[in-house]
Amino acid sequence: MTEIERHPYDVVVIGAGGAGLRAAVEARASGLRTAIICKSLFGKAHTVMAEGGIAASMGNVNSKDNWQVHFRDTLRGGKFLNNYRMAELHAKESPDRVWELETWGALFDRTPEGKISQRNFGGHEYPRLAHVGDRTGLELIRTMQQAIVSLQQKDAKEFGDAEARIKVFAETTITEIIVNDGVVAGALGYTRESGRFILFEAPAVIIATGGIGKSFKITSNSWEGTGDGQALALKAGSRLVDMEFMQFHPTGMIWPPSVRGLLVTESVRGDGGVLTNSEGRRFMFDYIPAVFKEMYADNEEEGDRWYKDQENNRRPPELLPRDEVARAINSEVKAGRGSPHGGVFLDVSKRLPADVIKKKLPSMWHQFMELADVDITKTAMEVGPTAHYVMGGILVDPDTGAADNVNGLFAAGEVAGGLHGSNRLGGNSLSDLLVFGRRAGAGAVAYVNALGDARTAAPDAEVERAVKEALAPFKNDGGENPYTLHQELQQTTNDLVGIIRTADELQASIGRLAELRSRLSKVTVEGNIQFNPGWHLALDLGNMLLVSECIAKSALMREESRGGHTRDDFPKMSSEWRKVNLVSKATDSGVSVEKRPLPKMPPELISLFEIDELKKYLTEEELTELKGSHS
Amino acid sequence: MSRQVKVRVWRGDKNEGGLKDFDVEVNEGEVVLDIIHRIQATQAPDLAVRWNCKAGKCGSCSAEVNGRPRLMCLTRMNTFGPDETITVTPLRTFPVIRDLVTDVSFNYKKAREIPAFEGPKGLKLGEYRMSQVDVERSQEFRKCIECFLCQDVCHVIRDHEENKESFAGPRFFIRLAELDMHPLDTLDRRREAQEEHGLGFCNITKCCTEVCPEHIRITDNAIIPMKERVADVKYDPARWLGSKISRREERD
Repeated sequence: MTEIERHPYDVVVIGAGGAGLRAAVEARASGLRTAIICKSLFGKAHTVMAEGGIAASMGNVNSKDNWQVHFRDTLRGGKFLNNYRMAELHAKESPDRVWELETWGALFDRTPEGKISQRNFGGHEYPRLAHVGDRTGLELIRTMQQAIVSLQQKDAKEFGDAEARIKVFAETTITEIIVNDGVVAGALGYTRESGRFILFEAPAVIIATGGIGKSFKITSNSWEGTGDGQALALKAGSRLVDMEFMQFHPTGMIWPPSVRGLLVTESVRGDGGVLTNSEGRRFMFDYIPAVFKEMYADNEEEGDRWYKDQENNRRPPELLPRDEVARAINSEVKAGRGSPHGGVFLDVSKRLPADVIKKKLPSMWHQFMELADVDITKTAMEVGPTAHYVMGGILVDPDTGAADNVNGLFAAGEVAGGLHGSNRLGGNSLSDLLVFGRRAGAGAVAYVNALGDARTAAPDAEVERAVKEALAPFKNDGGENPYTLHQELQQTTNDLVGIIRTADELQASIGRLAELRSRLSKVTVEGNIQFNPGWHLALDLGNMLLVSECIAKSALMREESRGGHTRDDFPKMSSEWRKVNLVSKATDSGVSVEKRPLPKMPPELISLFEIDELKKYLTEEELTELKGSHS
Repeated sequence: MSRQVKVRVWRGDKNEGGLKDFDVEVNEGEVVLDIIHRIQATQAPDLAVRWNCKAGKCGSCSAEVNGRPRLMCLTRMNTFGPDETITVTPLRTFPVIRDLVTDVSFNYKKAREIPAFEGPKGLKLGEYRMSQVDVERSQEFRKCIECFLCQDVCHVIRDHEENKESFAGPRFFIRLAELDMHPLDTLDRRREAQEEHGLGFCNITKCCTEVCPEHIRITDNAIIPMKERVADVKYDPARWLGSKISRREERD
């Protein structure tokens, strides 16, 4: 058997972005020995790229804001497919999670009274996003990183060993959760530097690995977003929910080609940027959907006035939820009204003076100057949709983050599903990480404490099999190049599982994915096991293929258009489909998808909405029942 | 649009290595990291390189391009002459692991040696009050993406392994300055900056400021003010306490 390093822990957190680090702080604060597994260096996780802010109804800028308003906005954004309990917890707990960051040293931008400043964002009724210029994600990750370091400093004092109770395993990738009869026994992975295998023996594993963007050709995601956690959960026997809902952020860079997909923050629109087509028309006024008619300005004058007077005007439609804006841009380009490189124009230069732009949007200014030779204080940006975020994910218990069907497995952050329904609002991701990172940490602690000494051992045969599978690409002589296979996968999802979908294309994509899967077993890796990116990609590819199959099959099953899932052959939203979640699980032959009823919102939450609004989403039957209970 | 360039990439590990030549296609708008990725995808699948965001936000793809510390994702290919050979080597200040990947654990060790933010006692969540002008000074330093290019270029440790023990480097001088200038931090950072972290070694050649991809004015806004305050306070804790109290009164 290959030599394996073994480390016993109480809690293993896979992923060192916002959710993973928040979970780890919680676990360690309860005194449990905690390992953080970090695919890259500590502090480089994709959270770092979040720009706009953290949504939390602190009410610092508009005192009318509160958790109920945030809850409503989140459900509207998700088109009422959200897990109500997650949306409730999220709206209630976000403010404390943001304030807590301050006590760890975070420095948010301030209001004139010295409170945390809050900015406008798509789909949020009031200014709600705590921010640091347009680098809020960096602030979050650094603050969490430094919070972990401060815990290590305490351990150094107490035990003479900084890593006594919390240790970061940098550049380490988990390939399998080791499960014994439906109970977590640990996790197996390799370190990039040496290529050696490590077995983490632990009763609780928290998955916080983020998204699946790297399955798509045009994406805002970094290389790490390869669906590892979703695939780990599936392979361990858990299930995924809502995988058909993929968020295409409306504004990614489109030129030059090497930066295509790179995010252009929504703050550009929040701070006054307007979208125009090649004819100079502010086309978003043509795309306000019926469900949002009352809430958005229907003429430019009112939209413009809103930036100065939000009490008496409705917001401009550039600030509609992301799915609406992305589809609108897509339609404009298809209709031949696109920009020279196939996007539309986003212009903030006419609204704000150059020095204000540089102050409010410093990273955007640098990004365009350095990568595209475009000065956004003088000219418009060219932008188009980019695969950004997967709403779906591991099916979890809202309160504890416990993953479906596997004892000892937890999940939080983008890798978990439910909170965002069919579409996530900007700013709700960073708050998601903190609220549910903490809850998953607490959930794992409660589980481990209840377990006592009854820990499950990792079966040697399982571990051996997992090691063998991870090393397989070195033994294959099929000659497939992992980089080529990855490009073909990205092309497939781009062409067939993109922003607008049809049954024929989805069917074709499932065939293509099966073919790619059979070629995966022929991937050959050159070189040795030390820091070998070809090998790493070969392993990541398996995850991307498995999760892409969940996306394609769920998308084929859902015969309606809602949020991040648009079917050209079923263009309308269906009240019947709103009652259903699609749940994916792994089978011997790949992935199977089945329907599951959406948990029903209790009266105290549903009564936060007016009946007139609910009519747009609920079935006649549900409305009758509701009216009965109201009277 | 596409053209061919000659690229020399250092390949090897801690035991041995050398420059390898590649002929690579370059397209409009591409950066050095695109070229490294193309070499990986077509000629050397096991070429080791660190990268994450490819947008200058994570600070992973640090290397030396034609001898200059750079982020590969922000180094445009059109900044080189059409016939220029481009040489990419790993950061020199840190030990090589493989190819372009170095062991930067020095920095994580130093990070642990700086006591964390210590906020005021007795404030509840949401009760912190700070004015924008006061937080801006520290915010400049919190833009740091930890690419460690400033550490790489710093001559105190670049070719002086022996100084690493007692010198934290520019990245951590801005961390100390950030905490020292934090409106609500309660610890005295200055003596330890001098005595534990080697602030005195720095003779303000400003190389760190020059290579910072975030354009943080490391020398002018962090190191020099810290040096001045260290001089101010040296061995006079009463003066330090006085300065903190008067600062607080100004705020109120």
